[in-house]
Amino acid sequence: MMNEVPISWFLTLSAVLFALGVAGFLFRRNIITVFMSIELMLNAVNLSFITFSYQLNQVNGHLFAFFVMVVAAAEAAVGLAIILTVFKNRGTLNIDDVNSMKN
Amino acid sequence: MQLWLIPLLPLAGFLINGIFGRRFSKGLVNAVAIGSVLLSFAWVLKTIFSIDLNATHAEHYFTWIQSGALNVGCDFAVDRLTVVMLLVVTGVGALIHIYAIGYMAHEGGYYRFFCYMNLFMFFMLVLVLASNYVLLFVGWEGVGLCSYLLIGFYFDKKFATDAGNKAFIVNRIGDFGFSLAIFSIFRHFGTFDFGTVFAQAPQASTGVLTTIGLLLLVGACGKSAQLPLYVWLPDAMAGPTPVSALIHAATMVTAGVYMTARSWPIYTHAPDAMNAIAVIGVLTAFFAATIGLAQNDIKKVFAYSTVSQLGYMFVGVGCGVFSAGIWHLVTHAFFKALLFLGAGSVIHALSGEQDLRQMGGLRHKIPWTFWTMMCAAVAIAGVPPFAGFFSKDAILLGAYEHAPWMYWLGTLTAGLTAFYVFRAMFLTFFGGYRGHEHPHESSPVMLVPLAVLALLSLAGGALFKVPDFLASVFPVMQEHGNPTLMYISVAAGLAGIFLAWLMYVARPAMADSVATGLHGLYTWVLNKYYVDEIYDAAVVRPVINGSRVVLWKGVDAGLIDGAANGVGSRARDIGSVLRLMQSGSIRSYATWVLFGSVLVIVAMAAQWFGEAVLR
Repeated sequence: MMNEVPISWFLTLSAVLFALGVAGFLFRRNIITVFMSIELMLNAVNLSFITFSYQLNQVNGHLFAFFVMVVAAAEAAVGLAIILTVFKNRGTLNIDDVNSMKN
Repeated sequence: MQLWLIPLLPLAGFLINGIFGRRFSKGLVNAVAIGSVLLSFAWVLKTIFSIDLNATHAEHYFTWIQSGALNVGCDFAVDRLTVVMLLVVTGVGALIHIYAIGYMAHEGGYYRFFCYMNLFMFFMLVLVLASNYVLLFVGWEGVGLCSYLLIGFYFDKKFATDAGNKAFIVNRIGDFGFSLAIFSIFRHFGTFDFGTVFAQAPQASTGVLTTIGLLLLVGACGKSAQLPLYVWLPDAMAGPTPVSALIHAATMVTAGVYMTARSWPIYTHAPDAMNAIAVIGVLTAFFAATIGLAQNDIKKVFAYSTVSQLGYMFVGVGCGVFSAGIWHLVTHAFFKALLFLGAGSVIHALSGEQDLRQMGGLRHKIPWTFWTMMCAAVAIAGVPPFAGFFSKDAILLGAYEHAPWMYWLGTLTAGLTAFYVFRAMFLTFFGGYRGHEHPHESSPVMLVPLAVLALLSLAGGALFKVPDFLASVFPVMQEHGNPTLMYISVAAGLAGIFLAWLMYVARPAMADSVATGLHGLYTWVLNKYYVDEIYDAAVVRPVINGSRVVLWKGVDAGLIDGAANGVGSRARDIGSVLRLMQSGSIRSYATWVLFGSVLVIVAMAAQWFGEAVLR
C-alpha cells in the first residue's frame, strides 16, 4: 500500500507545484492563466497538508485541506465574476492593460 | 472702613463713561467723572477723621495669588504717609478734573478723556493704598498705561503717539529693574508684604539690601524721570495740558519718590543705595535746570522743571530727610500743577500758541492767570514764606548734613530754577505782545482751580507742616537749622529772579547777546545736550536693526519658517519616492506581495532557528 514512498518526495512535489504556481502568477499575461496559477498554489499547499497529516497520523491536516478547498471554490467564483466584468468593460484579458490606477 | 471705595469710585466713573459716555451729554460726563473723584476725596477725608492715625489701618480683601510659598493678597493699608499721598492725589486731582471741563470743552473725544483720567485715578490710588509690593506694581504699571493713553490722546498726530510710545517704553526699562527688585525681595524675605519685609530688613545683609535698593532705584528713575531715563517727560508734553499737570507734575511721577520713601527701612540699612539716590537726584536736578534755561516752549520749560524738582525730592529721600522729600512732593504738586494749569490757560487764551517768543505783555489781558501763576512762580523760586521755600530748604539742609557738595549744587540749581521760571513769566506776561492772536481770559471753571492752587502754593508750606505730621513714620531727622545756609539758598533764588528781570524786562537785548556770545554752549543746551540723538544712535538704532535683521529676517523667516517649510518639503520628497510603488500594474503588485511574504517567512525561520540554536 503506502510503503516506502518517502515523505520528502511528496513535499518536494508540493514545493515544485507551488513554485510553478508562483511563476505563472508573476509572469503570465492572461488573467485566467493567473487564476489557474493561484489554484495550483492552493492545491500544492493542500498536498503538503495531507502529507504531514499522514506522517503524524492525525486528522487535522485533512480537515484543513477541506477548508482550503472550500475557500478556493468561493474565491474562484468571485474571481471569475470580476474577470467577466473586466472583460465586458475593457475588452481585453491582458493584465498589463488594466492599469487605470497608475499615477 | 471701606478703603476700597477710594479707588473704586473713579473706576466706576471710568466704566460708566467708557461704556455709555458716547451717548451722554457733556454735563452728564462731567457729573460722572468729576463726581467720582470728588466723592473719592470726600471718602478720603472721612477715612482720615475716622481712623487712628497712630497705627496702620489695614484691610485685606481677598487672596490674589496662592502658589506654594507665594501668597499675595489684595491688601490696602493707611498710615500717615498714605494719608498725605491720598490727599494730594484726590485733592489736586479733583481740582485738575474741574479745570479740564473748561480746557477740553472744544476738543474731540471728550468722554474718552475723562474715562482715561478716571482710570488713572483708580490706578494711582491702588498704588498709594497698596500694602505689598506686587499690588503697588499693579498700580505702577496701570498709571504707566494711562500715561500712554493720555499722552497719545490726540492719536491722529504722529508726534503725540510717538511720545506716548517713548514714555511707555522708557518706563518699561525702569519697570524691569523694579521687577528684579521685587523678585529679590521675595527671594530674601519670602513675602511681598510691606510690614513683614520692613520688619525683617534690619536682619538682612547689607549687600542684599543694597542690591534691592539699587534695583528699586532703577524703577524709580524710570517712573520719576531721573537720569538717565528722564527723556520721556519732555516729550510727554504732547498730551493735553491737564494731563501734564496731573500725571507729569503732581501724581504719577511722584510715585517713584513715594515708593522710595515707603521702602525707607530697606534704604536706611543700605547706605550706598541711599547715596546713589541722592547723587542721581542732585545731578538730575542740576542737569534738567540747565536745559530748562534755553527752552522756547512754555510747557517744555515746566517739564524740565518737573524733572529738576523730582531730583530735589530724591535728594531729600537719599540724604535721609524722607519727610522733607515728601513735603516737597506735596508743595510741588501745588505749584507745579498751578504752573501747568496756568500755562494751559495762557495757551487757551492764545488759541493754541505755546512758543514763548510769540507771547508777551499778557498781564493786563489775562490778569487772573497772571496773578495765580505769579503765586506759583514765587513758590517754586523758594521765596519765603511761600510753600516751596520750606520744603526746598529742609531738603538742602539735609543735603548739607549728608554731603556739602550736594548742598552747593542744589543751591546753584535753586538759583537756576528761579531764573528759568521767571524768564518764562517775564517773556509771557511782560513787555509787548509779539503774537497775532486775540488773548481772552479763561472761564471761571478754569480759573477757580487756579485760585485754589494759588492759595495752597502761598500758604501750603506754612499751614501743612508735613514733617511734623510724618514724624512717627520716618526716622527722626536732626534739626540743625543753620540760618546761614538758609540765607544763602534764599539769596540764590532771589538772584535768579533778579537776573531774569534784568535780562528779560529791563534790558531785553541782553538775552539775545548772551545767546549769540555763547553760541556753541547755547545751541548745545537748546538741543537738550543732544541726549535724545545719542540714545537714538547708541541704543534705539542698534536694537531696531538687530531686531529687524537678526531676529526677524535671520531667525524668524530663515530658521523657524525654514524649519516648518522644510519639514513639509521633506515630507513631499519622501512621498514622491514612495509614490512609485503605486504603478497601477497588477504584476508589480503581485511581485511586492511575493516579496513581502518571502520576508515574513525568512523572519520566522530565523526566529525558529535562533531558538533552536539556543536550546
